[in-house]
Amino acid sequence: MGSWQARPEQQQQQQQQQEQERWHYEELAHKSGFSTEQIKNLHKRFRQLSGNKETISRANLDSIPALANNPLKKQIIDAFFDKRNQWQDDEVGSLEEIGLEHFLMVMSHFRPPAHKSGEEERQAARRQKLRFLFNMHDTDGDGIITLAEYRKVVEELLSKSGAIGHQTAKAIADAAMLEVASINAPHMAPDDFYEGITFEHFQQILKGLEMESRMHIRFLDVDTTTMRCGKAPS
Amino acid sequence: MSPRRVFRHPGGFGSGLPERGLLLLVLLMLLQGSLLPFGAASSPDVGHRDEADVHAEAEEKHNFTKKPFPVLSFEYKHIQVPFEISLWVLLASLMKLGFHLVPRLPGIVPESCLLILVGLLVGGLIKLAGQKVPPVLDSTLFFFCLLPPIILDAGYFLPIRPFMENLGTILMFAVVGTLWNAFFIGGLLYAVCQIQPNNPSDLHSLELLPCLLFGSIISAVDPVAVLAVFEEIHINELLHILVFGESLLNDAVTVVLYHLFEEYSGVGSVTVLDGVLGVISFFVVALGGVLVGAIYGILAAFTSRFTSHTRVIEPLFVFVYSYMAYLSAEMFHLSGIMALIACGAVMRPYVEANISHKSHTTIKYFLKMWSSVSETLIFIFLGVATVDGQHNWNWTFVTVTVVLCLVARVIGVVGLTYVINKFRIVKLTTKDQFIVAYGGLRGAIAFSLGFLLDERHFPLRNMFLTAIIIVIFFTVFVQGMTIKPLVDLLAVKKKQEAKRSINEEIHTQFLDHLLTGIEDICGHYGHHHWKDKLNRFNKKYVKKCLIAGERSKEPQLIAFYHKLEMKHAIELVESGGGAKLSSAIPSTVSMQNIQPKKPAHAKSEDRALPKLSKSREEEIRKILRSNLQKTRQRLRSYNRHTLLADPYEDNFGEFLLKKQKMMALDKKIQDMNNYLTVPAAPPDSPTLCRARLASGRETDFNPTRQQKVDTVGPDPQAYSTKPALDSVPTIQVDLASPQSPDSINILDEFRRSDLAAAAAAEEGEDDGGLKMKAPSGPHERCDAGEMDAGTREKLSRCLSDPGPHAEDEDEDEPFLP
Repeated sequence: MGSWQARPEQQQQQQQQQEQERWHYEELAHKSGFSTEQIKNLHKRFRQLSGNKETISRANLDSIPALANNPLKKQIIDAFFDKRNQWQDDEVGSLEEIGLEHFLMVMSHFRPPAHKSGEEERQAARRQKLRFLFNMHDTDGDGIITLAEYRKVVEELLSKSGAIGHQTAKAIADAAMLEVASINAPHMAPDDFYEGITFEHFQQILKGLEMESRMHIRFLDVDTTTMRCGKAPS
Repeated sequence: MSPRRVFRHPGGFGSGLPERGLLLLVLLMLLQGSLLPFGAASSPDVGHRDEADVHAEAEEKHNFTKKPFPVLSFEYKHIQVPFEISLWVLLASLMKLGFHLVPRLPGIVPESCLLILVGLLVGGLIKLAGQKVPPVLDSTLFFFCLLPPIILDAGYFLPIRPFMENLGTILMFAVVGTLWNAFFIGGLLYAVCQIQPNNPSDLHSLELLPCLLFGSIISAVDPVAVLAVFEEIHINELLHILVFGESLLNDAVTVVLYHLFEEYSGVGSVTVLDGVLGVISFFVVALGGVLVGAIYGILAAFTSRFTSHTRVIEPLFVFVYSYMAYLSAEMFHLSGIMALIACGAVMRPYVEANISHKSHTTIKYFLKMWSSVSETLIFIFLGVATVDGQHNWNWTFVTVTVVLCLVARVIGVVGLTYVINKFRIVKLTTKDQFIVAYGGLRGAIAFSLGFLLDERHFPLRNMFLTAIIIVIFFTVFVQGMTIKPLVDLLAVKKKQEAKRSINEEIHTQFLDHLLTGIEDICGHYGHHHWKDKLNRFNKKYVKKCLIAGERSKEPQLIAFYHKLEMKHAIELVESGGGAKLSSAIPSTVSMQNIQPKKPAHAKSEDRALPKLSKSREEEIRKILRSNLQKTRQRLRSYNRHTLLADPYEDNFGEFLLKKQKMMALDKKIQDMNNYLTVPAAPPDSPTLCRARLASGRETDFNPTRQQKVDTVGPDPQAYSTKPALDSVPTIQVDLASPQSPDSINILDEFRRSDLAAAAAAEEGEDDGGLKMKAPSGPHERCDAGEMDAGTREKLSRCLSDPGPHAEDEDEDEPFLP
């Protein structure tokens, strides 16, 4: 039902390309943890988004019609261009354009958890997913979500709800921040200042959400693709 | 059939029985809860009953001729039915009460087991008394009176999110699992009945179709039993919703199978066509039930849109529409249970947005009350009916049934899980499978369905009933009692604290949008995409139609926040205006701590504050007193006049808060000296300035500042989060004022002159700090805000953050004359 619906000739073309790029895919698969089928699908989408170019710019993502109504549109797009989400440590800043590899790397944050994973792997997956969220909130990259940043997040979240959102967003962010502070630093003198949410605190406050199992989308495999093709072409 | 017939006693009571007998009767009834008739109760010789009756009649005649004015007359028959119903309910409630009074008992035995035992006891007593046991667990009574409250309670409070997330698994268990169970049990039972041809018994006369019918009756997991047991073991949400959801949704399968087999067991054969029709019928029954429920749910939501002037009957609409949905579905032999579930689940979000908080509480309590009484009655009746029934005990049949039930359940769950796990992200572990299989309790629905069977078509009905009862007892007693230790033993994940934090809610929403966005970028439309579409449709059209006023536009997060605020306010009041905002986390963190501070923040600049003179204190107290008194009186009069047109209806938290304040006043005044010692923030500290703004209203006579206050909003520190429409609940929770404004107020009086200028300068930079102003202009709050803004106090913090105890420790000094 996707708009990228594979027509037979396209599939033909795809197969040829796959032959050429098999080694490339394998390498990417190793890096990102996707299967080659999934990478193939994502590459197809990538080419569609970029207009058959090697890289994607913000404008490309900006013009996706389905995103238009998403209150988090800007943050989501930003996340794709954020160097911190490329699995390389300690690189802060943003890219102007991203290639397929970058695209896949960002996407790989949304892989479903592995089928048979031990406790340690689950913790690692959870950490990595939370880190992605944290980076989305922490816009200036200093490792702390300040109150201003948090307010911004809530405001964006409510941005599609009209006029009543603004003041309430602030109140909600403040209440949330207060909650974080009281969970993580329960005893503060009146003069102390809670600077903001560190990643450790972030993990702490969201430990109730089973992020490792919830933060995923189903990436298409070959079999599901064919299944969907048969259903309802849009 | 009406309850009248159900409860009617065969013996009957003559009118005009001696008073002594009545007293004894009532006493005995209350004592034992049994329905011992007079004859049996007052004298052991039951055989003389007729004689007594004749005697009574004669006496009556005698009385008639004499014809004195009856000063006190007695007619039991007149009130018999409602009286006996009340007695049963009373018995059930008392048993429930007593159950929890016995120490350590609830930890060992599930309530359901004990209630069945009570039922057995009562039934036994009635039987001992030589009376015919009333057919209490009559199917009509069960399906029309006892079952609906339980199902509505379950449907109305159904956790939608986990339910929808696991819908595939639940449907798989409910539909395929139940079908498998029915055919496996039915088929194998038939096979077992056919062996041993040399040993003639009535089992051989059993044909395949009755066996399958029996299988379909016995295979359905019972929501009542599951709820009763699972509520006590506090299993994690996933397992709970799996077993519970299955028990709810398998109703459609059971209904279809039941009708199918019942229809054709007379004919003796089922053709392929009938099978196909049965499949179609299943979809009709299931989807039709959901449709009927949804229609009534939407109607209820739409009705609740207009109830803002007649708040008292709001809860009634919820109940009546649901019951209508149930009856309408039953009328077409659709699945009434699914209709009720759909009705409750559909109406809830809209109804809750429309009705007042009080009505919401009423609905909650009524549903809980009804369902728990129903549940208790069902289990007691099950016990009574066990004693009552004409049992046809057949060792082979009963044993085979119990074993087959267990085997079928285990095979079904394991097999289905194997398939389901291929599609699930969160796999069901072996432990989970065990609990799901073990939690498959059978209950009163099966019994009632068996009870409905026609003895002419099913000569072995009594044997069926016996077997059903044994299976129910086995699952409820053995499985129900051992499941708790097993859960502990296997260390199955328990339910975590359900209290949801605001951060979690923010991130749940955030995640929804994020995943939708990522799916859109990936270009394929998964369920996040469709969920988002549905949400948008709901927000754009449905909510507008079904929800009155502003709340229709309220996003979920804000609604959640308001609920949280409300809860905090209530907690605050209940804890006696105590210190803690949330009782879970003992914390001294206040809003002050998370605020970005000005860099040049001097720690403790001026600790030395002028002491209050006696006369000054008196003056302040007088002002506070009069203000508080006024609001109190006004609120009182509002509440006394009418419930319906009470504009403060929803602000009951505030109302209580004020009452509390009155009592806390003396203490507060005493405490004030503490605040005087709080290291005062420097003149440009946002906190202090805001506090001053807040308090400015009541005692600060500086006219220019007064104006400023008005433009900012009546109380910048209170979380007044939205336009204070009268119909919208607003509760001002003060999350965060470390110092009571009253205390600041006193400070203020003295420091006004040198702070006035600073305050004026402060206005501009309030944004950086914490300032919760009413989002709308001052006029919108005029009446609600006006009268209490001045006296709104910051109870929450004043005790929690008394500041360092410094110089003056004269708390003990009595301020009040």
